[in-house]
Amino acid sequence: MQYSRTLFATALATLLLSACGGGQESKPAVGIDPQVYTDSLFAVMNADRTNYTKMIIGRLGPAGADSIKPHEYWEDLENGAPLPAQMFRYGAEAVAEVSSDFSYSLQSLWPINSQNAPKTELEKEGLQYIVDNPGKNFYGTEALGDTTYYTAVYPDVAVAAPCAACHNNHKDSPKTDFELGDVMGGVVIRVPM
Amino acid sequence: MPVGKPGIKTLWWGLWLLGSLALAAWLGMSLLDNDASKSAFLPGAMTHGHHQIELQCSACHDEGFNSQEVLQNACVNCHGEQLADARDSHPKSKFTDPRNANRLANVDARYCVSCHVEHRPELDVGMGVTLPMDMCVHCHQDIGEERPSHQGMAFDTCASAGCHNFHDNLALYEDFLLAHADEPWLSERPRLTPRNLASRMSDADLVALIQGSGTPPADKTVPEHWDGNAHAEAGVACTACHGDADQWVDKPAPLQCAQCHEQENEGFLQGRHGMRLAMELSPMTPSQSVLNMHVEASHRELTCISCHGAHDFDTQKAAVDSCLGCHNDEHSNEYLRSSHHRLWQAEKRGELPPGSGVTCATCHMPRETHGDDVLVQHNQSLTLRPVEKMIRPVCMQCHGLEFAIDALADPHLVEKNFQGKPEHHVPSVDMAVERDKAREGKRGPY
Repeated sequence: MQYSRTLFATALATLLLSACGGGQESKPAVGIDPQVYTDSLFAVMNADRTNYTKMIIGRLGPAGADSIKPHEYWEDLENGAPLPAQMFRYGAEAVAEVSSDFSYSLQSLWPINSQNAPKTELEKEGLQYIVDNPGKNFYGTEALGDTTYYTAVYPDVAVAAPCAACHNNHKDSPKTDFELGDVMGGVVIRVPM
Repeated sequence: MPVGKPGIKTLWWGLWLLGSLALAAWLGMSLLDNDASKSAFLPGAMTHGHHQIELQCSACHDEGFNSQEVLQNACVNCHGEQLADARDSHPKSKFTDPRNANRLANVDARYCVSCHVEHRPELDVGMGVTLPMDMCVHCHQDIGEERPSHQGMAFDTCASAGCHNFHDNLALYEDFLLAHADEPWLSERPRLTPRNLASRMSDADLVALIQGSGTPPADKTVPEHWDGNAHAEAGVACTACHGDADQWVDKPAPLQCAQCHEQENEGFLQGRHGMRLAMELSPMTPSQSVLNMHVEASHRELTCISCHGAHDFDTQKAAVDSCLGCHNDEHSNEYLRSSHHRLWQAEKRGELPPGSGVTCATCHMPRETHGDDVLVQHNQSLTLRPVEKMIRPVCMQCHGLEFAIDALADPHLVEKNFQGKPEHHVPSVDMAVERDKAREGKRGPY
């Protein structure tokens, strides 16, 4: 949908310019490449998440000043703070409230909440790919409902020791031997075509 | 062909046309006139949550009937804040993710009306829910494999056994159960937090409102019940509510109280007592209720002074007598025989410290702490359904979590106003403790 909108806007602008007789040479319609689009979105997401993990949780949490308590049920704790993964999900939910032009989620082959396991075939393939090919991303298209999506999967890496420790010790975690730098899951970004 | 026969036929056609036009005109006028009854347009009775405002079509349908979004916005406008406060376990954002497209084919949970159909009361299985109670299985069918403790449980018991709710699980999530395991059924010092309305007197704007302006008409005298009441103690001037001599109103409008009691009024308008006023309809009367009410109270209009009185502002009366003056169902009537009521009587006699008694208001209008203020929640419907919504803000003020879960899951005990012990034990806390033991002391870094 985003893609077709971009194309339509570009075509409309071209038509208007030619109708005005501005004498400019007509240019081919140009839209942003979906991969560049999702890569850019992930760059922002990943930067924000890493910064929150290191600058807020790391500095003010138990490993730093110990003035905030990062916890899954942070709202029930005095000075509680959301975990980095929760902060990420809150962002995804807030985006979903205002836009259907893209969506994103955090998933894992070893999810703490089973609802965050891969569901579609492309998700399963993509999450396995980023685990088998560290440092690489996965891209593809899939049809869900009556819409075709450009779907990108990016590795979600344990950027700090508590990331691995928390997952290893969580009662609902199916994997307990994560190490710093491991791919623990993936960020799945979808763009309707 | 006789001359008269076509004439009769024409006459019938004319009468039919006139009748149709008259009907169309009446329906049209009813639709356009805000004060006219819209009952002719109701496609079916409304659920107990909306029946009071069923003739204010625009409350839900706004200006049109062709948009699902309009209906959804109406739901969110009234219920969105409460759902957010309850940390809704199934917010819309969970279902807008394209990966859930196949789930939406079963239940389109992006829209409230998918589960809460209106105008079809025959579908209501309780709480305005119009889906079968085994709906959870559509998404959580694997729970039996993941949690051996859940094996063998019936599909329709997830939300009906006191264990889980679709929206509000504030008192039911596993870590909360663990944090409150082993609590005694009654706390050592069961006492309510005192209200501190007087602390608001530091607000200069409020003090100015209380002091009023001008003077009352010369022929007005101090009312009989004025001395000693809370307003007299706070120095509230007659003109603060009635206006000065030039603008004096003998009976101030129902919402005059909101000038100073803004938060209380906000809650009142959200509850079933005030929702008609919120929709700019006439005040609620007991005759409009679907509950059993005392016949003699049928036509009392529900505003602030219905419960608090016009000049006595007696909170003790408002906490019990005002409620029982109208409500005539078994739960209400059994209150007078309950241990909660005996505590209230003892408090009133001065035999127990303030805050020891349990009134209707204690449970249905709980005290809430907002910063330094302790306020009474005046939306008495807020924690009614499902009953587990009462656990944290109400029951746990005095009781342990496990006892509260058991008591609220026993409909007979609720009907008897908690005289006796829960008949069944809900094993939620036990299951959480057992599962925690299986962790073998594993704890995350936090």
